[in-house]
Amino acid sequence: MSGTGPREAIFPTRMNLTLTKGRLKGAQTGHSLLAKKRDALTTRFRTILRKVDEAKRAMGRVLQLASFSLAEVTYTAGDIGYQVQESVRKASYTVAAKQENVSGVVLPAFEGVRSGAASDFNLTGLSRGGQQIQRSRDTYVKAVGTLVELASLQTAFTILDEVIRATNRRVNAIEHVVIPRLENTIKYINSELDEMDREEFFRLKKVQGKKKRDAAAADTDRSVANAEAEAQGEEVHKDDGVGGGAAGGGDMLDQHKDDDVIF
Amino acid sequence: MSAPTSNPKGRNLLAVIGDEDSVTGLLLAGIGNVDEHQKKNFVIVDGKTQTNVIEAAFQEFTEDRKDIAILLINQHIAERIRPTVDRYQAAFPALLEIPSKEHPYDPLKDSVLKRVQKLRGD
Repeated sequence: MSGTGPREAIFPTRMNLTLTKGRLKGAQTGHSLLAKKRDALTTRFRTILRKVDEAKRAMGRVLQLASFSLAEVTYTAGDIGYQVQESVRKASYTVAAKQENVSGVVLPAFEGVRSGAASDFNLTGLSRGGQQIQRSRDTYVKAVGTLVELASLQTAFTILDEVIRATNRRVNAIEHVVIPRLENTIKYINSELDEMDREEFFRLKKVQGKKKRDAAAADTDRSVANAEAEAQGEEVHKDDGVGGGAAGGGDMLDQHKDDDVIF
Repeated sequence: MSAPTSNPKGRNLLAVIGDEDSVTGLLLAGIGNVDEHQKKNFVIVDGKTQTNVIEAAFQEFTEDRKDIAILLINQHIAERIRPTVDRYQAAFPALLEIPSKEHPYDPLKDSVLKRVQKLRGD
């Protein structure tokens, strides 16, 4: 039994050999496909990685600007925090999820949606600082836009990271487990078949040898019988033709006459 | 593989856990929402807020509520529940750490950026 290492538990037959060869071919195709997928995803992943990095840093600046504008509001209109929190009813800034397909992986992308009724907090800062509030609101809307963009990048990053890991696991499993095992199985079947061939050949040789030996023994017996017959003065036919020879018995033509046949 | 394939449909709100200024600003932009059960999608945290309150809010926004697409959290607050934040790996809702007025943004503490740095490093 050659083919060290793990192999499939199947009988070493020619049909299984064909099947296993087919499976090996399939595994190799799958391996190359998965490797391609992995490469495509990794390329995408690197782009997103760079974008996430940039966007995160940009976000810091944008939000700093936004808090500065809020500070302006506080300066002119006083603390509006409570007023704002209490007048919240329904979100006017929501996100919609789009989907993007990269090599069979669905990546969501968020998109900020401002509903038409963007006039909440109209009464906030009515007495003073209304303009600052409007400006601050616009700044924050922009900031939230940046945040939403960053969030979709980050989600894509998280998903891609996981998918790449899974793909990598599969590629490695095929490369280091499945393919060697199939190769081992093929080796095993081949060696077993060869072994069977050799056994069969040996068996045939044996059969032939036995036949030869039997023939030789019969030959000796016959020559002994012939010698005896000759010694007794009988006629012996030396040819071994069909129906003749020592084994065929005496000559029928020279034997005594048959009785007439009467119907 | 179940987390990334979870359906993003129906998630359309932003939620925020932050200090008063951050929350006020974001509410001004119009992300605030109060649903029919009087549940708000924002939590204001100050120095006196207990850590377990923050944890509970984080749990609620990340796991219990299914209508939140993006969760914003001030970095200095995320710092207080850092183990929970670092453990959070799901794709939805997306977790964003944002700077606050008093605490400038430190990329080295961000759980996602940490992974980014690690991946870019090698």
